[in-house]
Amino acid sequence: MLRSIKLAMAATVATAAVIAISSAAFAGTLEDIIERGKMVVGSKADYAPWGMRDAQGNIVGMEVDMAMDLAKRIGDKAGKKIEVEVVPVVASNRMQFLEQGKTDIMIATMSDKLERREVVGIVQPDYYSSGVAVFAHKNSGIKDWSDLEGKNICGTQGAWYNKDWGEKNKANMIVFKGVPEIEAALLDGRCVGWLYDDSAFIPRKVNEPEKWADYSISTPVVADVPWGAAVRKEDVNEPIGKALSAAIIDWHKTGMIVEWEKKWGIPPTKWVADMVEKCKAGDKICDDVLDEGEIK
Amino acid sequence: METVAEWFLWLKEAHGIKLTIFYDDLDRTRFLKGVWTTIHLSFVCVLASIVIGIAGAWLQMSPLVWVRRIMNGYIAFFRNTPPLVQLYFFYFAVDSALSGLLGIRGGIMSSYGWAVIALSFFAGAFNTEIFRAGIEAVPKSTVEGAQALGYSRFQIYRYITFPLAYRVCLPSLNNNLINLVKTTTVAYAIAVPETLYISNQIWSDEYNVPEMMNVVWIVYIVLVGVLVWLMNRWEKAIRVPGFGQ
Repeated sequence: MLRSIKLAMAATVATAAVIAISSAAFAGTLEDIIERGKMVVGSKADYAPWGMRDAQGNIVGMEVDMAMDLAKRIGDKAGKKIEVEVVPVVASNRMQFLEQGKTDIMIATMSDKLERREVVGIVQPDYYSSGVAVFAHKNSGIKDWSDLEGKNICGTQGAWYNKDWGEKNKANMIVFKGVPEIEAALLDGRCVGWLYDDSAFIPRKVNEPEKWADYSISTPVVADVPWGAAVRKEDVNEPIGKALSAAIIDWHKTGMIVEWEKKWGIPPTKWVADMVEKCKAGDKICDDVLDEGEIK
Repeated sequence: METVAEWFLWLKEAHGIKLTIFYDDLDRTRFLKGVWTTIHLSFVCVLASIVIGIAGAWLQMSPLVWVRRIMNGYIAFFRNTPPLVQLYFFYFAVDSALSGLLGIRGGIMSSYGWAVIALSFFAGAFNTEIFRAGIEAVPKSTVEGAQALGYSRFQIYRYITFPLAYRVCLPSLNNNLINLVKTTTVAYAIAVPETLYISNQIWSDEYNVPEMMNVVWIVYIVLVGVLVWLMNRWEKAIRVPGFGQ
């Protein structure tokens, strides 16, 4: 008993020490980046064309371009060249990597959700947005949401939009556990369309154009959720958070994101086009503070 | 019905227990459809697996060596692989290959059809072995007596061996059929809209995971309870006094 109490105490002390050390390292993330001349960014490597590997194995993509541009801005201000190191992340570890200090910032196709703001410092404003759409076969006759009625539509188990956008449009939803099963069912013709995130369809068209030649996004994109870039929670009001905010505001104002969409073959997004207008007009959605009702 | 819905609405307001299937029409309709799918899927599979078991046990005793080998191969194939793997195999591999061969788009059979085939043959393989055990328990002298009376091989099986064997193997057959009813839940992997599949959709939409888990639990307790009750009654009804005791 005594032994286990001692052990527990030792463990607590050790944990506290680790926390103390790591928080010390977090003090002034921006200064650290400038001092070491390198910014570490967490991005996806499997979500073309936002983050993907090129033929040489380097991670490239729209979000990597954004990180490069941020590093250039920081470097110009500090009068020093800042390199960018991209750490590949996935949805389940991207916030943890940031918290643990493995990455300085995160730009990784992350939907901006209130629960996520509890964990990491998502900066204002958001930089991109994706919604829900149906990726349908060219012979399916699907042109709009109302055309789903009575048709077999594949979906993912657990997606919130199966009911709101599938069943309410009277589609015959066939839902599977994972994406590979859906792809198999779709290509076998067991369903004529796939209800999912529109941003997942674009990389398929870009990466495997022959496989998906007969399929395209056939309904208007709905239920947009914006994507947020993040720093550590305690950094959100520190210079690094402000630098990221300022960069995003400038990307919107100058239409950089529209340019990047063009560069990476992403169809123009209405949300981005609207943001350009709003930012030029000085709308409060485009400042670096979170106002009431800006995210859900 | 109104008051039931109202009571469950009150339960949600007062205690946060969201049993949407009692007051949301959409959820209730699809849930009942799901339970109904489980019931008829189970019923069809139970019947088919018993037929397969009876035929299989008969073929296993065939004097032709190749028939026996094929039967053993069938039993090995279905008994030694998990039912989930069989469902995936039939639905995604066999169906794709066949429809590719025949040039059909959209699959040659629905997910329900493949679930019936896979689960019936799966349980049928076990039933074959169960019936075989029962047949082997029939005293050899009884069979010899029947042969002496001029019964053919089929007649012996039909009138002598099987009726006795059936009584011997009912308890283990019950076990297997109960397992079969519970195994129908794996059909949700190939999108057969049975109870678990529908419940999964409801809890994804309504965020009422614990409530729906309990509902699923109760549904299966009741369904299997009914099956056990029926089988026990039947066991009593066909009991031959003094036999197998």
